[in-house]
Amino acid sequence: MKDELIDYCLRLGDSSLILSHRIAEYCSKAPILEEDLAITNVGLDLLGQAENFLNYAANLKGNTNADLLTFKRREGDFRCLHLVQTPNTDFAFILARQFFMDCYHQILFKKLLNSKDETILGISKKAIKEVNYHLDRSSDWIKRLGLGTKESNERIQNAINDLWMYTDELFTDNSTDLSMEKNKIAPLSSSLKDEWSQMVVNTLKDSEIEVPEDIYYSLKYGKDGFHTEYLGYILAEMQHLPLLYPDATW
Amino acid sequence: MSRDDQGILWEVFIQVKAGRAYKHVGSLHAYDKEMAMKSARDLFTRRNEGNGIWIVKAEDIVSSEASDGEAFFDPSNDKVYRHPTFYKIPDGVKHI
Repeated sequence: MKDELIDYCLRLGDSSLILSHRIAEYCSKAPILEEDLAITNVGLDLLGQAENFLNYAANLKGNTNADLLTFKRREGDFRCLHLVQTPNTDFAFILARQFFMDCYHQILFKKLLNSKDETILGISKKAIKEVNYHLDRSSDWIKRLGLGTKESNERIQNAINDLWMYTDELFTDNSTDLSMEKNKIAPLSSSLKDEWSQMVVNTLKDSEIEVPEDIYYSLKYGKDGFHTEYLGYILAEMQHLPLLYPDATW
Repeated sequence: MSRDDQGILWEVFIQVKAGRAYKHVGSLHAYDKEMAMKSARDLFTRRNEGNGIWIVKAEDIVSSEASDGEAFFDPSNDKVYRHPTFYKIPDGVKHI
């Protein structure tokens, strides 16, 4: 059970970590200054959540810490979802990815408030306040883009269409999910799907964005350690400094 | 909308604690009230600076002109009796 709990914490921690890294890449590139600060704030919240989950995983593992897990771990040992690895193609892609993840996080963290594991419960309690605000922001932007101009509608529709296939991983159970469910630590991933779909479909419909059809694109998932072509490049950039200068400190 | 269009200019006021006056903290650009409120929260309260936000469109603020300074304010210079400096304020009274 301990191995599965570590695996589960890595999944949540790594997903927030890589999403936060993608957002950090976007820093200074948003269309307006106010938005740049806002989205970077979201990234910092996610980094905090990642640190909490990775610290817990490190404690369970022993002999490591969140920094080592972040900067000295190989690609195949990461457990992040494919969705968070997707590139910052444009503002619409960033917002669509964020909106999908915010809905997922809100539903998941709410359920984790019933976790038998006190650390996971504690982290979720703190995270849910941040996530409520993230969702408020990203769903607002989905509406603005969807109901905005012809171009903004086309762009957000395009992003939703392209990213849709990555969302099936969010609701696929593996052996870690089964073990977490059995030990009452976390819900099955598949149990989150109905609520997520309802939430997402309602917002898309209100925003005059068409809901794509479900596609099952992959049999190998990030949460099992099989990654998109993007993750290697993300890690290369994220890890190169500590690898070049192993003793560097602030 | 042009590429340079940053939206309307808004002025932001923050209340530090319940009961205290709202103080001007800065300005921001946004396209409408909702966006202005979200941006104000991110720009001005992320270090726990306040518990209340007021936002006003900058164009709705009536302000005095710098060039009016003499006519507006100088005549009160030599009228010290307008200041309540002839009273003693009890030590317990704050924020005056």
